[in-house]
Formats: sequence, structure tokens, C-alpha cells
Amino acid sequence: MSDAYNAFLSDIEIPSSAAGPLAGIRVAVKDNISTKNIPTTCASKMLLGYIPPYDAHAVELLKAAGATIAGKTNMDEFGMGTTTENSAFGPTLNPRDTTRVTGGSSGGSAAVVAAGIVRMALGSDTGGSIRCPASYCGIVGLKPTYGRVSRYGLIAYANSFEQIGPMAANVTDVARLFSVIAGGDHRDSTSVDKPYDFTELHASVEGKIIGIPKEYFGEGIDTNIAKIIETSIDKFEELGAVTLEVSLPSLQYALSAYYITCTCEASSNLGRFDGVRYGPKPEMTNLWHDAYTKIRETGFGPEVRRRILLGTFALSTGYYGKYYVKAQHAKQLIRHDFRRVLTDCDLLAGPTMPGIAPKIGELVDDPLRMYQTDILTIPANIAGIPAISLPCGTFHGMPVGLQLMGKIFGEEVLLNAALAFEEMT
Amino acid sequence: MTNEEMNVIIGLEVHCQLNTSSKLFCACSADFRGDAPNTHTCPVCLGLPGTLPVLNKRAIEYALKVAKAFNCVVLEKSEFCRKNYFYPDLVKAYQITMGDNPLAVGGYVEIEDDAGNPKIINLTRIHVEEDPGRLVHMGNREYGHYTLVDYNRSGIPLIEMVTEPELSSPKEARRFLNKLRAMLEYLDVFDPEKEGAIRVDANISIKGHERVEIKNISSYKGVEKALIFEITRQKNLINRGGTIVRETRHFQEGKGTTISARSKETATDYRYFPEPDLPIICVADWIKDIISPELPDARRDRFMQQYGITANHAKTLTGDLKLAEFYETIADVGAAITASWTADILIGELNYRDMSLGIVAPHASEFKDLVTLIRDKKITDKAGIEVLRVWLDNLRTGTKMEKPTKIVERLNLARESGEHLRGIVEQILASNPQAIIDHKTRKKGALNFIVGQVVKETRGKFDPREIHAMIAEFVGK
Repeated sequence: MSDAYNAFLSDIEIPSSAAGPLAGIRVAVKDNISTKNIPTTCASKMLLGYIPPYDAHAVELLKAAGATIAGKTNMDEFGMGTTTENSAFGPTLNPRDTTRVTGGSSGGSAAVVAAGIVRMALGSDTGGSIRCPASYCGIVGLKPTYGRVSRYGLIAYANSFEQIGPMAANVTDVARLFSVIAGGDHRDSTSVDKPYDFTELHASVEGKIIGIPKEYFGEGIDTNIAKIIETSIDKFEELGAVTLEVSLPSLQYALSAYYITCTCEASSNLGRFDGVRYGPKPEMTNLWHDAYTKIRETGFGPEVRRRILLGTFALSTGYYGKYYVKAQHAKQLIRHDFRRVLTDCDLLAGPTMPGIAPKIGELVDDPLRMYQTDILTIPANIAGIPAISLPCGTFHGMPVGLQLMGKIFGEEVLLNAALAFEEMT
Repeated sequence: MTNEEMNVIIGLEVHCQLNTSSKLFCACSADFRGDAPNTHTCPVCLGLPGTLPVLNKRAIEYALKVAKAFNCVVLEKSEFCRKNYFYPDLVKAYQITMGDNPLAVGGYVEIEDDAGNPKIINLTRIHVEEDPGRLVHMGNREYGHYTLVDYNRSGIPLIEMVTEPELSSPKEARRFLNKLRAMLEYLDVFDPEKEGAIRVDANISIKGHERVEIKNISSYKGVEKALIFEITRQKNLINRGGTIVRETRHFQEGKGTTISARSKETATDYRYFPEPDLPIICVADWIKDIISPELPDARRDRFMQQYGITANHAKTLTGDLKLAEFYETIADVGAAITASWTADILIGELNYRDMSLGIVAPHASEFKDLVTLIRDKKITDKAGIEVLRVWLDNLRTGTKMEKPTKIVERLNLARESGEHLRGIVEQILASNPQAIIDHKTRKKGALNFIVGQVVKETRGKFDPREIHAMIAEFVGK
């Protein structure tokens, strides 16, 4: 790859001549978002050579807003990972320290923004894939409310959790990009027509009640990180907000509920990659079963295979009730818990990640530890609420991200609070 | 146990293509027959990565029409789900269908059992799902076999209707399917003329033994044939002391036999789970706005009342929407004569030629002219049949568009009567002296032989009764 961080999978630029809010702005696009006439691989060998004949809804909107599509960015294969090390094309290096990971799965998008190569980027967030790399690379990343941005053209990993979202160096650019991509789309039945008006953005958090879930400062969270976050939250009080300790006891089920649901959905979504229409041609065999088996054994990376197998298992007869159904119950409990605390509070605050960006190779062989680092980002995806990660300090010279979560379709309040915080620091 | 003592239990799963103008989850035209392969496709029905389904509301309305006609209960919440399996014609490696929460449950339809008595067949459920693409097997032994995939069919809306295991014979199953087809046609949600528009899976068992599923039978005749074969196979196996194994079998249309499917194909665990890309649908309320048209049973009763025709004629004529409409457009010639010439004679001649009514329907007025000629005794029944045959052959080959009235003229079949007949009768009697002797010695049928000879000689232009009378004049009764 031509760039120093292995952040781009394709550097094909498509300029737009449209006059609009993004005229002249270069926007990088994560490689799981379909771009007409530009290869879209999801960082998988399985999609090598695939060139979509259509643009994702978000990409159409970028072009109409005058943005230049500035290439496709590296990611964990099909979005499955927290470090971008699960790319079939090698990890993306963190511009803040190239021995460390960018976080994932939208690592390429975070890196190109952090390195100043582009001003904005689109990522996607299934369990933290925008917020985690934003936190590790020291930029701003927003996971919108489920349904606020059309998923049409986003290559599905876990349909019921994922959203396309904006990433940029500051809150204003995130809001600007969000105002372009938000709104309904008849091609996505789960989308809701709630546009975002950029002119509404103003720094304000006064009088808001910010809930501090105690589970966000518990076991597994680096105490140094927790301290930085607590200091940051104090700043909201200086800005006129009130903080309130809250509890979300159902979060103990979040990791299991998330990983069961997303692997189930993934096992089904990725079935279509059978070598017939995408990727390397399978060897000719007499039985199509054998050809399918072979291509799926070699075309997918180990993490993708692991999740397909886990999901296939969890959906099979005799286990569906024990896993999938239970996970949906847990999901309801968690949603209920969030609904409850977000009646009392306007926002919730806590760390985005339990620590700073790990070294490349540090977690890659320990999937369970890797999954556990998602513990603070996953809940917003389960609850469907918007969440943003903001740089709020450094530890060992690496950025630390503050996570703010809002009410369903409460991006306005969330972004205004984020801007107020950003302006103060 | 004798074969007759073994009770047969049959349940059917019937898949019918709904004739909506677009596909179930995208805007592609569903009217693909006759068009080049893969020309009715888009990113959605090709299952390209990143695409999402958008439900065609019309398909749900059509399915609700069916649910109402079959007296089903529409669920408050219906849910699409994914049925996961690998097959080269299945673009997403899952079919969007319905599982535990289908569109409607229950319902029933009345048919006749083999003794002609009314019998209720209960339905288990009705749901909506998408059709997969189609594999076309090509090549030959010399140069190798290969398979092409046509995705024009991918995403065509289907309804699946499942019966309780209450059918007791292949004939009954056939009657159920005929009734079902007629009802769907009356509801204007289905076009039975389209190839592959209906496909059936049959579950069949002998009471007390395991059941066998026969998959993907694609014609009405095929269902009856497959069931007859399978019942015979199972009964013979039981009589020889064998055991029926629970399995899936494929029907081989050409041979009329069923063969066991490879276990690899049937060991599938479909891993059903709710489709996350589509919301739950709540359409129970819509049912009150659905207007049911007149259905076959109601039309049959009306035909008997309004036209005074026999129950058998009324049943035949209303068993097919196009036939019923055809009849009604020409019935003013005379209800009874039209019923007989349509239900008995026309249908017989069409079946003999393997023609469908669809070819004749646009020319109803010409058929009407023919029946009028017969009614007005301008031609005899025999000449009428001859004209009908010529007319149908012309329609079938599409070579000559000749109206029945013209055919009568060209073939000189106008009915004659009077003294001209006398000479012919004299001549036939003269050349068949033995027949007269036979008649006089009271040999049965001797006179009929003479009548037949005269009819042949006059090419059916005279009324057989007139011929009879004339012969009687010569030879006595």
C-alpha cells in the first residue's frame, strides 16, 4: 500500500462537482461501504475483485454534497475485530505510535483522519467500531441512533446493531458530515426519517443531567484511564451540567448478548460468499458442496471463520433457544435499563475503551481478551442509542477517549454537549 | 393386511407464485417469462452485499385475500425470518420466509371425497416468502455437463399454504389442488398458465408407519402420479415386511417415480431466526378492508340458479375462472346447449389437443356462432363437432384464421333435409341387402348400421332422426 499507515485499501479518488456542504472536502470511506466502480472488499480475500455496481445511500449523499471520495479504508475483515489486525491486507498502524494498533474495526478511517490525510471519514459501528479507533487515534467518532443513517450499501456484519457514522478531527466536522448522511431512505426498512440540522449545532450542556454508570468504572477498566475520565466529567459540572451516579445492572449480560447475536447474524450474512459470484474462483469439483467448503475454508480469515462457526452453532436446532433467544431477552433487559436511566438523565458519560491502544500483536491471539475490550462500546449498540467518542487526554502519550451516550434520536443534545466539552479543553 | 385396509394419510405444502407486478423485495418486474435470463435483476434480488429487502405491500394484500377466502386467522404480528441453506440458486444463502409467526393460521376449504361427499380440508398456515433463482442444466456427455443460473425468478413472491394431514388419496389431493388453483385464480392473485407457478411438497404415510416427504413436484398431474407411485411403493414394502424410513424423496417427472434424496441434501439445519432487515408486520386489521370476489362455490350455485344448468355442468364450468367467464359471455345462445357444448364437448376437444382455454377465449364470439348454428339446426351435432375440430386445429397451429361459419361453407356442411335424402337412403339400402335381412330378423343394431352409413355418405348434414325415419319408411320399424 502506498500510505505509511496501511490505511487505504484503494486510493481511487472520485471528485464531485456538486456544490454542497462538503464541496471540496475529501472524505475517506470504510471498505465495507459500497462504492460504485470502486472495489469494495471488506478487507477480505473473499471479495477481491468485487466492484459494486451501486453506491451506498451514504455515499450517494456524500457525492451530492460535493465531497470527493478519497479512497477506501482498511478495517478488520467484515468489521470483525477491535484492532484492524484482522484485515486480510495487514494491520493499519496508529499514526500516534506506529507500533500500536489503531483500534477497529474502522481503523483505516481513524488513521487517515488522525494523520491529516483527509478531513473526514465514514466508518461503521457494530459494537464500537467507530468509537474504539476514534479513542485510540485521538479523533472524534459518532455512532448514530440505530435507523438514523440508512444501512443501504453497508455490507452487513450484524444488521441489528450496525450504523454508518462520521469520523473527523473535531466535533464540528463530525456534525457537518452527520448532517449530510442522516435521514430516511426507502431502501432501508429500518431507517427513520430524522435528518440532522447542522445549523442547530452550538456548544451547550448547561442544565443537562449527565448520568455516570458505575459499571463503566468497574472491573477491567484501567484505573489511570478512569481517573482521566473522571476529571473530564468534572469539566461538565464546570459547564453547568449536573452529574448523577446511575447503575445499569443488566450490562453484565451485554458482552454475551452482543457476541451471540452478532455471530448469529454474521453466520447468515456471510453465507452468500460461496465463490460462485465473488472472490477467487473455486477449484472445479464434482460436487458443489466440496467447492463451497474449500473456498470458505481458504477465503475467510480465522476470526471470520470463528464467528461464522459460533453463530452457526448458536442458531442450530437444540441450541437456538439456549443462545439466540436468551440473547434477545438480555438485549431487552439492557434496552429497558438504558430507557430507565435515560428518563432521569439527558446523557451518560464514561470511558470509550478500558485502556489505551495496545501494541500490534498484543491481543491478536487472545480473542476473548480482545472481545472484552468492547465492553464499554457494545451497550450503545444493543440499546440503539447514539454515542460519541471525544479525545479527553493522554496516557503514556496515547489518546484517551471520553464516551458520551444520548437518548434515541438525541444526537442534537449529544453533539452540543460534545462541542461544549471540546471548546473547553 | 390387505392394501385396501391400509389407510393413506397425505398432507400438502403448496407454493404458488403471486402475480404481483414487481418482486417481493425489490422493484424488478415479476413478469419475466419469455425474457432472456438475468434481465429482471437488480442489486437487491441478486443479493449483492449491502443490499436490503423492502417489502412489496401488494404481495401482503394478495396473501391476505387468500387468507380471507380460506377462512384463516391473520396473526396480530407476523414476522419474516431467514431460512439458511447453501444452494447455487439462492443468492443470499438464505431465503426470506416466515417461521413461527406466519401471516395466517387455520382456515379450511371444502372439496369432495372419492365418494363424492363433501369433505373439509383444514389448513395449518399460510405464509409469504421469496422464490429462489433457477438452475439450468446444460451440456452433454461428450463435452461435459455444466449448470447456468438464471436469477429472473429470484425474489418472486410466493405464498406457501400448508394443509393438515387430512387428504386420503391421490385423487383427493388432485381435487384439493384444483380447488386451490381455482380459488387463487378467482382471487386474481395467481396465474396458473405460467410455467412453474405452482410447486408442491407432499407428505405421505401409511397409517402406523413413518412419513415420507416428496419435494418439489411442479405440476398438478405430477402430484397425483407421485402420490400413486409412492403409495404403491410404501404398501409393497410393508407387505414384504420392510420398514418405511423417514426420508425426503425427489419426484422424477419423466419416469413417474420417486427416488431417495441424498442425505447430504436433507441433513440441513435451516437455522431459522428473525430477519433483522425487516420490521415485524401487523396486518390483522387490513383483513376487514379486503373485498372477496365471488368464489367458485358461490358461482357454481349461482350458475345452477340463474341458468338452470345441471350441478355437474355448473361445477365444471366454475372450476376454472376463465371457463366460467367464457361461458357467461356466450350463455345467451341458450344456457343448457351452451353448457353442454362448453363443459362437455369443447373441454374434451381441448384436452385431447393439450390446448388451454386461453387460446380459445379471445375468440368466444366465433364459438358462440358455432353453438348458434347448432341451436338453430343449421348444422347437425355431428357437423358441429367436425367444424369445432377444424377450428381448434387452426387456432392451435395458428395457420389459418377461419371462422366456424366459413368452415361450414367451405366444407359444405350446412344441414340438409327433404327428398334429397330419399335417393341416398335408397342407394345405401340397395348396396347393403344383408343389413335389411338382419333388421327383419330383429338383429339388434342392424338399422343403426344403415343410419351410420347414411350419415357417413351425407357427411353428417342430415339429422340422424330424419335419417331414421326415412329408413323406417323403406324397411318398416
